[in-house]
Formats: sequence, C-alpha cells, structure tokens
Amino acid sequence: MDITLKIRRFDPENDTEPHWEAYGVTVLPTDRVLDALHKVKWEVDGSLTFRRSCAHGVCGSDAMRINGRNRLACKTLIKDVNPDKPITVEAIKGLPLQKDLVVDMEPFFDAYRDVMPFLITRGNEPTRERLQSSKDRERFDDTTKCILCAACTTSCPVYWVDGQYFGPAAIVNAHRFIFDSRDEGAQQRLEILNEREGVWRCRTTFNCTEACPRGIEITKAIQEVKRALLTRAV
Amino acid sequence: MWSWVAHRVTGVLIFFFLFCHVLDTALVRVDPDAYNRVIDTYKNPIVNLMEVGLVGAVLFHAFNGLRVVLIDFWKSGPRYQRQLLWAVLAVWFVLMAGFIYPMTEHTWGVLFGSEG
Repeated sequence: MDITLKIRRFDPENDTEPHWEAYGVTVLPTDRVLDALHKVKWEVDGSLTFRRSCAHGVCGSDAMRINGRNRLACKTLIKDVNPDKPITVEAIKGLPLQKDLVVDMEPFFDAYRDVMPFLITRGNEPTRERLQSSKDRERFDDTTKCILCAACTTSCPVYWVDGQYFGPAAIVNAHRFIFDSRDEGAQQRLEILNEREGVWRCRTTFNCTEACPRGIEITKAIQEVKRALLTRAV
Repeated sequence: MWSWVAHRVTGVLIFFFLFCHVLDTALVRVDPDAYNRVIDTYKNPIVNLMEVGLVGAVLFHAFNGLRVVLIDFWKSGPRYQRQLLWAVLAVWFVLMAGFIYPMTEHTWGVLFGSEG
C-alpha cells in the first residue's frame, strides 16, 4: 500500500526552525513505522537521521512521536496508525533537538544517574548469591521492564515545562531498587525524590503510563514512591 | 491528560468566581443599596448561563478531586483511573441533567414566556 509519511525535519547546519516534509513510500500494512523510515532513508533521502539499534523493541533507541503519541517506531505497525491519512513522525518533546528525529538524551540520563540505579548494600559480601523470595521479587517486577527509551519522560507535561523534573523514567528506576528487599539504599533514594523536582511534581496525568511501550504502570509506581515517602515504609 | 487540563481550567474559573463573589458580597457592608443594585445586574440570562457553567465547573472539580484523592491514596487507584474518570463524568452528567432545568426555569420564562 502507498502511504505518506510526514516527518519533522531539522538540519542544525542549515535550518533555524524544524519543518515538516512529506514522503510517499510503498509498504505492507504489517510493516512497522521503522520499516517506512528505513525506506525513506535508504531509497529517497539518505540525510534523514534517526536512532535505532536492535529494531525489535528491546534497546529503546527509536522512541519518537508518531501521530502525536510517543511510541517505538519498531513496535508500531503501519496498519495501527491510520495509514489512510499522512502519518506524522517527529522527535520526542522536551529534550534538545539535535537533528531530524535525534534529541540530546543527556538530561534524561542525568536524572537517571541521580537516583542511583544500582544495588546499594552494606557489610560483608555474602559468599553466595543474595537470596530473595519470589514474593519479594514480584514487588518490583513491573519496574524492571524499563528500557530507558524516554517515551514516558518526554510525554509528561510537567517535564515539558522546564525539564527540571526528574521525570517518570528516573522514578521508575528508583522504584526498582527502593522496593528491592536486597537493597539498602531506599532511604537515600527517597530523600533524593523528596526534593523540589522529585515525585511531588507528578500531577497524575497518566501520559507516561499510556506512552510506555513496555506496558509499565508508571503512574502507579510513582504513587507508590509518594506513599513510601509519607509512611517511610518500603 | 485532558482530565488534568479540565481540572486546572475549572479550578481557575472557580477562583475567578470566588474573587468576584467576595468583592460583591463585601459590598453589603459598604452600602446595602449599592449591593442590591449590583445583584440586580446579575438577573439576566447571560449571568444565568454563567451560573450553569459555574455549577458544571464546581461539580467536575469536586468529583475529579475525589478521583485524584483515590489515585493518590487507594492502592488500585492508578490502575482504575480511566474507569474512575468515566464514573466522574457519569455522576457529573446525571447531576447536571437534574440541575439544569430548575436553575434555568426563570430564564426560559423571561426569554420565551409571558414573564418578561
């Protein structure tokens, strides 16, 4: 089938403002938006710039705003985004635009690093692995699924305001360790998220939950961190 | 996201109403006659329409506020936020349907009846 892709292009060396450009390509309804982008890049205009690595929904490189919603181009089928009309593709919002569909992810990863997304323990190392019951593992199972694609953080209207808010992805990854029975850094992380730009800036708009390509209940995780701050119990 | 937007919009509308309301009610302590004259200017269909809008804004803000409380404090609140929103809209619709005629009865008389 013939479809039209409307891509928001930006070349920092020649453009002052991004502009929309339309490309006609022939694809199958079961192709993905990423396949259509590849067709444009490989057969029409080689200067089109976007990120993708695994192309199978695991690496989280190709989050983009497709028809006004944040999704992974590699997990979005053409037939699911109303191909009768032009399909709009633009970079995710709220992060500095570098070129075409590529944004500077550093502010996003800064917030991620700030919540200390690694196991914190004290005392002597056990000689064998750190044991955990399946019930304790289940407690934070949902937030282990994050692939750091930034679809959630860049769908958040609070994050769009000034980019100072930690953002859903950082909180999800803090949640993954705060509620891990083997971890001892929960209070430190809760203090970090109790700051001005922490969890309290979440206004439960649920955009993050709807944007997550992994189906993580992000707002639920943020609310759990808020409640942990109120009760100081994890 | 739109429930969040509507919550902000209704909140600002209610704030402006309260602002005017405090001012006009305070007038009664300054000059009761002036107060009566101001209140008389409110007796027209346009202000009546604004009153209907005010009731709509207050009802949405109140019930969506309860929804936000449930999302904050009820463990399953975030999971059922969409159903809660439909419940808010359903309650809003039922109450508005009940309110609208008693609130506008006089205006209909003024506009189309013999009272005017």
